Amino acid sequence: MENLIQLSLKGNKRACAKLITLVENYPEEAEKVLKEIHQYTGKAHIIGITGPPGAGKSTLTDKLTKGLVDQGYKVGIIAIDPTSPYSGGSILGDRIRMQDLALNTNVFIRSMGTRGYLGGLSKYTKNALKVLDAAGYDYIIIETVGVGQSEVDIVKTADTILMIMVPGLGDDIQSIKAGIMEIGDIFVINKSDLFGADRTATEVNMMLDLSMNMDRRPPVIKVIASKNEGIDDLIAEIKSHIDYLKESGRLIERRTKNLKLEVVELIESELRKIVITHTDSENRLDKEVINILNKEKNMYEVRDEFLGGINGKKD
Amino acid sequence: MKPIRVLIAKPGLDGHDRGAKLIARALRDAGMEVIYTGLRQTPEQIVAAAVQEDVDVIGMSLLSGAHNYLFPRVVELLKEQDADDILIVGGGVIPDDDIPALKEAGIAEIFTPGTTTTQMIEFIKTNIKR
Repeated sequence: MENLIQLSLKGNKRACAKLITLVENYPEEAEKVLKEIHQYTGKAHIIGITGPPGAGKSTLTDKLTKGLVDQGYKVGIIAIDPTSPYSGGSILGDRIRMQDLALNTNVFIRSMGTRGYLGGLSKYTKNALKVLDAAGYDYIIIETVGVGQSEVDIVKTADTILMIMVPGLGDDIQSIKAGIMEIGDIFVINKSDLFGADRTATEVNMMLDLSMNMDRRPPVIKVIASKNEGIDDLIAEIKSHIDYLKESGRLIERRTKNLKLEVVELIESELRKIVITHTDSENRLDKEVINILNKEKNMYEVRDEFLGGINGKKD
Repeated sequence: MKPIRVLIAKPGLDGHDRGAKLIARALRDAGMEVIYTGLRQTPEQIVAAAVQEDVDVIGMSLLSGAHNYLFPRVVELLKEQDADDILIVGGGVIPDDDIPALKEAGIAEIFTPGTTTTQMIEFIKTNIKR
């Protein structure tokens, strides 16, 4: 493993890929790897690309990556597609739109299945991100699964979020709903050669005009990713957002907030393990659930009994 | 448990991917993570994708007749990348006479028309090198 880490830090793609497999599948190895590479992380700028299925997220990722590579940057991509809740399998098809990038030495693409995780990412997206960050990629693009209205976990992960929209997906009430529409740092209207693109752009602009408590109003830009139109403007907007984040102190603020959430999650998951393994001897949980069903107990009593068990062990 | 990761690839100039998509779907339903890279891939592109995705298996589908060049070329490139632990299988319209040489070149199995998806899934599960 030590060897893999050294090779990956030097830019070896096979080693980098093997490390991602470790951090995605084997929690104990993941911990060792992430401890080792911790000091090398935090340099990359993380771009989240999100939007509904078929909006053109993969195509846009492809064009955006080409643009960034042309400017001399190294780009890592994590492309997420859904896992079947029935078989646990998945079809990861985002690479189809990124064929030309496969051989580019400055690009690394990794596909991941959500594996039951519902926030638009996969459970270990963040781990993979750290491996790519340490491997020296300047920009890391996370392409979420096609999202509906509330898959906003990308907020906890990315520095700059591109919300990709297309004409014709609904009336203006959609743009004033809470959730996904609130997270964009840059709104991208893709397929803007289609009928209704101007109207979609206007609706998003009107929605943004209503948001009073913003110190930076997100720009709305029109692109046609398949024809590579508007990509230079998009890159300029991304860079302007990066400048804003740095100058306003928001980058540190955002990363600190996200890191705090990550640490809390880490503690929570460990606590859950402790509660279950320390107190669930002889299937106690199953028995208590039956008690709750039969109205012999309520769930708050059961919670206190479980937690009491832990306190008892400490003393 | 780590799901089996498979790259389904269409090498060369062959625009017919009904079969490849069907296989991808069957492997998905067998609980595998299937990366499909689309049509007209060069051996170099296939190997680059396989390395970055760290797959356990590459399945190539070819109906154009160029299998005797393209399949072994993928094996060769994998060796250059120290990635020859990846199981390689092929399928499509492959004449029986070509099969021994392909196996000699490092293709673990060739699935010709009439093979059931269950047979393929079983073969993959028993033969991946972990």
